Amino acid sequence: MSDGMQGTGPSLWQGFTAMVRRDLMLAFKRPGDVLNPLFFFAIVSTLFPLAIGPDTDVLRLVGPGVVWVAALLAALLSLNTLYLSDLEDGSLDQIVLSPQPLPLLTLGKTAAQWLVSGLPLVLVSPFVGIAYQLPGEAVQVMAVTLAFGTLSLSLLGSIGAALIVGLNRGTALLSLLVLPLAMPVLIFGARTVSLAAAGDAVAAGIYFLAAYCVLALSFAPFAAAAALKISND
Amino acid sequence: MSSLLAGRSLTLFRGDHCLFTDLDFALNAGEALVIQGQNGSGKTSLLRAIAGLLDLEEGEIEWRGRSIRADRQAFHSDMAWFAHRTGCKADLSLLENLRIESGLRRMRMAALDQTLERLGLVRVRDLPFRALSAGQQRRVSLARLLLTEATLWLMDEPFTNLDKDGQALVVELIDEHVGGGGSCVLASHQSANLAAEPARISLS
Repeated sequence: MSDGMQGTGPSLWQGFTAMVRRDLMLAFKRPGDVLNPLFFFAIVSTLFPLAIGPDTDVLRLVGPGVVWVAALLAALLSLNTLYLSDLEDGSLDQIVLSPQPLPLLTLGKTAAQWLVSGLPLVLVSPFVGIAYQLPGEAVQVMAVTLAFGTLSLSLLGSIGAALIVGLNRGTALLSLLVLPLAMPVLIFGARTVSLAAAGDAVAAGIYFLAAYCVLALSFAPFAAAAALKISND
Repeated sequence: MSSLLAGRSLTLFRGDHCLFTDLDFALNAGEALVIQGQNGSGKTSLLRAIAGLLDLEEGEIEWRGRSIRADRQAFHSDMAWFAHRTGCKADLSLLENLRIESGLRRMRMAALDQTLERLGLVRVRDLPFRALSAGQQRRVSLARLLLTEATLWLMDEPFTNLDKDGQALVVELIDEHVGGGGSCVLASHQSANLAAEPARISLS
């Protein structure tokens, strides 16, 4: 209980991994909640080809857009409850009162959220691409752009989720907050896959998405931490 | 020599309603402070303000002579929070909960077995937290307090949901903590029979 013991606390890395591990463990205890966005994505994006018909040209034309919209909505599905259970059981207080920097802990939560909701979409996307008869090159590009895109969405969404955590029925509000910021991701993501399907150069689009992702990574944790402090008032 | 924890001319509003104005208090090592008042008088709000969870309209909370805003990390690494909501995840066992907690703050995990034994939690250590009774869940919060070895305990209504033995245990733990040079702020509508007469703040 002396002043000198402050240096012996857990390291930043331990704090980060504690949050990631915690949310992954919680996700595996409730696999239904985790698989929900994945099912939504897979079902929506595979129903479209059935409805449109087997015309290869049309499918290749609409495919990238449909897949990207489905991915965006699927990502939003899992975001609105990101901090809700933590608020309800009081662990949000313990997190805010931890000596660890709050942005680091929100980043840990976001990382876990992406691992269970964003990464599965990326892994499933090649199969969806086949349903649209996309060429192999375009399928690869789709997986890469979705990886950057879903990561950006998770980061942006963590700000929105932190802002609405104290409110009832914040889902519509979350979409309003996050969708405008997500528009560049949607436009560049879908367009880049279209270009790849047409056999054009795609590097510029991928660089843009990567840059956007890095931008989100550098400011979203701080914005989410500030929003959490306000919401947890 | 400044006191361990001090509040200077604190003013807090919730909406348009003023909970308190110009409130001062000081707490030294080895002392306890009880915040009294009826339901809705602002006990919890004051406690949350002291913890730094709630922004005050006016005034400053100081920890070892420094504003907690200026040195949040030093304050929070030497403070433990005990509230009505336990802060444990219902799907994880109490061991898993405490292990995760040890990544967030300093915890003396070497003393884990001994602490669980003392609180009567050994039998339920691997059960999901949701399977524990309300009283047992409160005891897990107590285990966290003991393991953090923080100087300052902030406790919101520590006696609710506990049986007679549990309440006696809380008093015993607080007495021990305060006797060992720690400090404790309690928000409670029940009178606590602590060994050393605590300072009191009454809110109306």
